[in-house]
Amino acid sequence: MAAGALSRDVEAGGLAAWVRARPLVVGAVAVAALLLTLVLGVGLGSVRVAPAETFAVIFSRLFGIDIGVTVSPATDVIVWDLRLPRVLTAMLIGCALAVAGATFQGLLRNPLADPYVLGTASGAAVGAAIAVLLPVQLVVVEFGLLHGLAFVGALASAWLVFRLGGTGGAGGLTRLLLTGYAVGSVLAAVLTMAMYVSGVELRQIFSFLLGGLGGSSWVRLVVAAPLIIGSSVLIMARGRSLDGMLLGDAAAGHLGIDVSRERGVLLALASMATAAAVAISGLIGFVGLVVPHVVRLLVGPAAHRVLPISAIAGAALLSAADLGARLVGDVPVGVVMALLGAPFFLFLLHRSRSGYEL
Amino acid sequence: MTAIASAIPAIAAKALTVGYAGRTVIDGAELSVAPGERLALVGPNGAGKSSLLRAMTGVLAPRAGTVELLGEPVEHVPRKQLARTIAVVPEVADLPFAMPVAEVVALGRLPHEPPITGLRPTDVAAVDGAIERIGITHLRRRDMRELSMGERQLVFIAVAVAQAAPILVLDEPTTHLDIRHQVDVMELLVDLNERDGTTVIAVLHDLALAAHFFPRVVVLAAGRVVGDGTPGETLRADRIREVFGVDPALVRLPVGAA
Repeated sequence: MAAGALSRDVEAGGLAAWVRARPLVVGAVAVAALLLTLVLGVGLGSVRVAPAETFAVIFSRLFGIDIGVTVSPATDVIVWDLRLPRVLTAMLIGCALAVAGATFQGLLRNPLADPYVLGTASGAAVGAAIAVLLPVQLVVVEFGLLHGLAFVGALASAWLVFRLGGTGGAGGLTRLLLTGYAVGSVLAAVLTMAMYVSGVELRQIFSFLLGGLGGSSWVRLVVAAPLIIGSSVLIMARGRSLDGMLLGDAAAGHLGIDVSRERGVLLALASMATAAAVAISGLIGFVGLVVPHVVRLLVGPAAHRVLPISAIAGAALLSAADLGARLVGDVPVGVVMALLGAPFFLFLLHRSRSGYEL
Repeated sequence: MTAIASAIPAIAAKALTVGYAGRTVIDGAELSVAPGERLALVGPNGAGKSSLLRAMTGVLAPRAGTVELLGEPVEHVPRKQLARTIAVVPEVADLPFAMPVAEVVALGRLPHEPPITGLRPTDVAAVDGAIERIGITHLRRRDMRELSMGERQLVFIAVAVAQAAPILVLDEPTTHLDIRHQVDVMELLVDLNERDGTTVIAVLHDLALAAHFFPRVVVLAAGRVVGDGTPGETLRADRIREVFGVDPALVRLPVGAA
């Protein structure tokens, strides 16, 4: 038995070591998966679109280049106006949640952290519920009150948790996490109350809570993209600080990192990406929790590998999940993510007990 | 050794008073360490050794008095430059994720490497050198979290060595080590001090190690410096009885017996 356990260890170590030494291979596989989900996401549905047609539309619309494939006007509308914005939105949201999740996990030194750990989810949900209940209809270029208040609610709760939870001092991280939990609980109670009194509007609140990409559009994508891509890039530029903080506040300080400032900046950037994602897609779970863990298993914990590969893998995973959600009859993508994500996460936890730590 | 030391101390605490909330932990301490010195700081639990180190490395703002690093008030030294000047062996901490030893040691290069592009070949060489010097080459690919406390302590010492700062500060670096590794670490400190000219300041609990490996021993008790000199002077039998409240025969010091 001992020999069996040993040989399995050696095998796992061999493959894991091979992969770990080649982060570019992992990155290339993630990019390939991303392109595959792009082609499939645009191609599959009630009307099938060939990959060549997809690229023809993208190239002619985006760069004005004719790649020699004729596309019917109907296909052009399906690709450009209907499917592409949705697929790209899924990718953008997946990227935002995975990067924010990786950032929060590293920053809080907690493997269970996800993008919503600072109460962003409850804050956004309360904002959305208030928007639904207010007897005002306000739409500014495709952005309703719901998007605006969800965004504001997410940022406000993150800000509140950060202010109340403080930053420095002994046990500062635990205090921040507990503050996030406490503020989240209060907001959840407010949300429950709002749902209780909402009556016929309950369905609208529910659809926000379940998360979905049915409302994707170019305008929403173009507004959210700079916020998400901008914060992700700025987080990646601070990757080494994130690495240093894995050793704990005192050690990071001795390595020349201004811990309280870096933590504040990184929490703000990750909250910004999360808030922008939540505002246009509702609450989508598990992407931000699972993707960084899987990526760390493959390439180790260094931020300059984890963050970019998580961004690509998160984008691929969420667009694949959204494709699945769309094909089985437009169920909310949050449901698909949780149904697939949770068992996969359990599988990872189980594996981690047999030698491979998360 | 003092003959070649320059007039400006590597690090100096002047009338240093440190406290938390209402409690005064260090009370008007005076301590000047010349470049290239090797100094052990000893004292009973709660004497304020760690607080003194924290204040002297610029992490803890003093309530009164000053700390000067090469003649400059430590609070005026920019963070990165401070980290390039003083390396502090961190407490043995738990890492939240699996991380290979080599990558942990590489964090010691943070104050040197360019912030965005990361490790340069010279940094990688420094990391390899530190790993080899501590004698943990066999651990390089191991997950930090699988290591014993003693092995982790060696890794954290390697982080500080990779930092390649002219002043090295250690707070009880041998707590988790067996006797063989305690001696190895002491010999490494002597080597870093004598061969590389690194100024070494170490808080030690083991008076025998302090007496055997350090030419200068500073005794701290109740927040005051109560002894400063060679181990022969500061660790005399009557001083040990007075400061630590134990029978000096139990300590069996190499010099105390003389």
